[in-house]
Amino acid sequence: MNGNFDRNLSHEDVLRRRASLLQRLHVDGLLLLLLLTLAAASLFILYSASGKNLDLLVKQASSFGLGLGAMLVIAQFEPRFMARWVPLGYLVVVGLLLAVEFMGHTAMGATRWINIPGLIRFQPSEFMKIIMPMTIAWYLSSRPLPPRFKHTVISLALIVVPFVLILKQPDLGTSLLILASGAFVLFIAGLPWRWILGAVTAVVPIAVGMWYFVMHDYQKQRVLTFLDPESDPLGTGWNIIQSKAAIGSGGVFGKGWLLGTQSHLDFLPESHTDFIIAVLAEEFGLVGVCLLLLLYLLLIARGLTITVQAQTLFGKLLAGALTMTFFVYVFVNIGMVSGLLPVVGVPLPFISYGGTSLVTLLSGFGVLMSIHTHRKWIAQV
Amino acid sequence: MPQPIQLKDHEKDALLVRRRVLVGAIVVLLLSGVLVARMYFLQVIQYEHHSTLSENNRVHVQPIPPSRGLIYDRNGRVIADNRPSFSLTVTRERAGEWREVLDRVVGVLELSAEERELFEKRVLQGRRPFEPVPIMYELTEEQIARIAVNQFRLPGIEVAAQLVRHYPQGAHFAHSVGYVGRINEKELQSLDPVNYSGTHHIGKTGIEKFYEDVLHGQVGYEEVETNARGRVLRVLKRTDPIPGKDITLTLDLRLQEAAEAALAGRRGAIVALLPKTGEVVAMVSQPSFDPNLFVTGISFKDYGELRDSIDRPLYNRVLRGLYPPGSTIKPMMAIAGLDAGVITPTSRVFDPGYYQLPNVKHKYRNWNRGGDGSVDLELAIMRSNDTYFYDMAHKLGVDRMHDYMSRFGLGQRVALDMYEETAGLMPSRDWKRARYRQPWYPGETVILGIGQGYMQATPLQLAQATALMATRGKWIRPHLAKRIGSELPVDPEPMPDIELRDPKFWDYSIRGMEQVLHGARGTAKKVGDTAAYRIAGKSGTAQVVAIKQGEKYDSARLAERHRDHALFVAFAPVHAPEIAVAVMVENGESGSGVAAPVAKAVLDAWLLDENGQLKAEHAPAAKADGERS
Repeated sequence: MNGNFDRNLSHEDVLRRRASLLQRLHVDGLLLLLLLTLAAASLFILYSASGKNLDLLVKQASSFGLGLGAMLVIAQFEPRFMARWVPLGYLVVVGLLLAVEFMGHTAMGATRWINIPGLIRFQPSEFMKIIMPMTIAWYLSSRPLPPRFKHTVISLALIVVPFVLILKQPDLGTSLLILASGAFVLFIAGLPWRWILGAVTAVVPIAVGMWYFVMHDYQKQRVLTFLDPESDPLGTGWNIIQSKAAIGSGGVFGKGWLLGTQSHLDFLPESHTDFIIAVLAEEFGLVGVCLLLLLYLLLIARGLTITVQAQTLFGKLLAGALTMTFFVYVFVNIGMVSGLLPVVGVPLPFISYGGTSLVTLLSGFGVLMSIHTHRKWIAQV
Repeated sequence: MPQPIQLKDHEKDALLVRRRVLVGAIVVLLLSGVLVARMYFLQVIQYEHHSTLSENNRVHVQPIPPSRGLIYDRNGRVIADNRPSFSLTVTRERAGEWREVLDRVVGVLELSAEERELFEKRVLQGRRPFEPVPIMYELTEEQIARIAVNQFRLPGIEVAAQLVRHYPQGAHFAHSVGYVGRINEKELQSLDPVNYSGTHHIGKTGIEKFYEDVLHGQVGYEEVETNARGRVLRVLKRTDPIPGKDITLTLDLRLQEAAEAALAGRRGAIVALLPKTGEVVAMVSQPSFDPNLFVTGISFKDYGELRDSIDRPLYNRVLRGLYPPGSTIKPMMAIAGLDAGVITPTSRVFDPGYYQLPNVKHKYRNWNRGGDGSVDLELAIMRSNDTYFYDMAHKLGVDRMHDYMSRFGLGQRVALDMYEETAGLMPSRDWKRARYRQPWYPGETVILGIGQGYMQATPLQLAQATALMATRGKWIRPHLAKRIGSELPVDPEPMPDIELRDPKFWDYSIRGMEQVLHGARGTAKKVGDTAAYRIAGKSGTAQVVAIKQGEKYDSARLAERHRDHALFVAFAPVHAPEIAVAVMVENGESGSGVAAPVAKAVLDAWLLDENGQLKAEHAPAAKADGERS
């Protein structure tokens, strides 16, 4: 940013650089465009899903504003700065998770919140969604690649501690997302395929162990309901039966905006949060779902491009993991609503109603933008 | 900055990452393909299926309520069963302008505006969408026919057959078994919404309330396809409900009837229990009411009559009625005095007709103003001598009295499975300080010795304390359920048995109780003389606190209602106790004159056969023979 450095660039470079306001704000134009499109789509669908509830729209729109603000702020920090402070951040968030474990606020049978009355109430697990891939990326980026056995074990330890803490809250959905975000860093860092295969084969006995020793009854119930949703049609299975009917009845072109019957007659529970894709599918049909998927895939394509173009290993690992985790959100949510996966409580990114998830997601994209816009010009020339 | 060797690494790393990103991209595309395929499957291949389900026809999950467990008396006679009944239901979502539809229903059935109002209230209590809400029960054949004829202009209205609770024994068990009633808003909030999704009734009092979980059972469901008008087209799947468990009670219908007959229309309470097992065989609170009135919703008028009646039929005198136990407590007080060592079986007190605390002028009167002279323990119980017990209470002190009486169950809940039992009151220094912010006065100790003052007990507590005399301190909580399904009731917190320094103390006190009925000067000798077996008993009187409602009524009745309540406790046969009983006759005045004959009638009904002889199973063979000869 100093004058001397400018002089080394060609005249054109300087012009191009000065011309772009977005770049000076460290914002990636393509990402921003896609995010704004998704935001618009979200409000559009929410209007119908919430039964024309304008208050809800205003809240969602302001959450978007807040999230975009967070994204903008985060994009200003250089990745180097993030790498320097992430170990401390990791320790702080793990500390907060421990605090939740011992004195957290309980609501709806789960202890996920830290509550300072009158001041703030938040879920530390949300921070972990970004801190986790950052920590593993920081750790592996200064080690030789592909990761040695010892480094892999240490990375896994770093992943497992918050994973277990969040799983115990209990919050199966979030803990799995955090596990995935850490694991993706290892994957992109070139974890040998035979180790990956070994881990996958080890999952079976671990899953059996978890079933008997870790999982809560309501989580087991969800898995059982997944395997046979009709086994509990008055309780958990009701959601799946109704969401499948809503999706299926949409057909190719859908029933039209505001014309979905399943969601509007209160058949579909949680229609504006986790199950919102069913409303979209009912009202806009297969075409609507494919368009939304296309938007997501464009976002992911952009994220992967940023990964490949990133100059530092830290940036590459982090950008790749964030992008892949984003896809996990999409896949798990749509998979669960359409009856492919168990109901684990993952919102549909950017579309579902809910401020916390929006701010976290947009913060993640802030990190991506930071990685992309803080590249050194000299390397590109 | 970068050294050559690291730069080489960097390029290698970049290549590695690029390859992994490529793999990631392929996986993302493949999985997206899976999602699209799934959507294609649901929205294109299964479109017809889902479309039919959602457009004109809808899939409904209909809960099938489990049938409520039956309740039997100890001999297998039915106390509560379920009767099929036709009710009128409304499904609000299908009725369109449901208020107009209700108007039409009222017109068709020629009902009153009051009932119309009740219907609307019931409809507004509806729960899940598309759930039919019953608005009227017990339709007659004619009403069903009228609805059928007018069905075309009554959308959303259906006649549904369902099982409704019925109490064939009427008022006999209204206070022990209780009744079910419609689930109200408050109960709705604390109920499991899934398990109660098809249930409209819930236990409100008594056994019905206490064993609600067991009696209710597990809901079943039926997945049905209906058309837009709500008519069921076909059943897709059905899971049967698990019916509630049947409960066999310890109560005996025959004894219950005999006990009620013994009260002969008087207001009062009777508890009879088997000391050896804690089984309550009769539980009477008179007057009573017909529990069937409450099942399908009692009318305001009927309820008002029951609630405002001066006789208070809704009041459970056995569990909620609090009375100063009076002299009935003297045998237990004697146990306390003996065990604490302040009296012996032979120690004597001179009774001039009153008792005075040292240096205090106030005279505590014996009921017999003339005095009984020199009194020992046996005589004191037989004659119900107050002076003896004033003296003993003063020596014992309130703390030890509280301790011993608590071990007899006074001042605490004694029953295992009775809903809304009152703890009563066994006063102590701490209690008085907390309640009145006053210290304990010696005079209060003195009157506590004859069961007066702050002390209050329920008839059930008196029966249990008497049963403890019969079992010589062996504690088994009185209970109403003999078998729940196939299981026996379990006491989660059993009371410790009463252990005395010398078990003979029991005999001394019991001998006094026996003399009450069989001694030459016994207070209830008239009753004892007519008995075919030996009875141990004790009479008592409880002073009346004016009944507020009564004051509005005419003075002749008012005076009657200010008379003392008559109490009598007893167990028999003395040498092998089979049954213990506590009787309270409201405003009966005389424990030995009014309550004792009632108690004896209950004992007779349990112990004697048709010929007026002690039943063989109740008499230890050798002793019975000896007495007869």
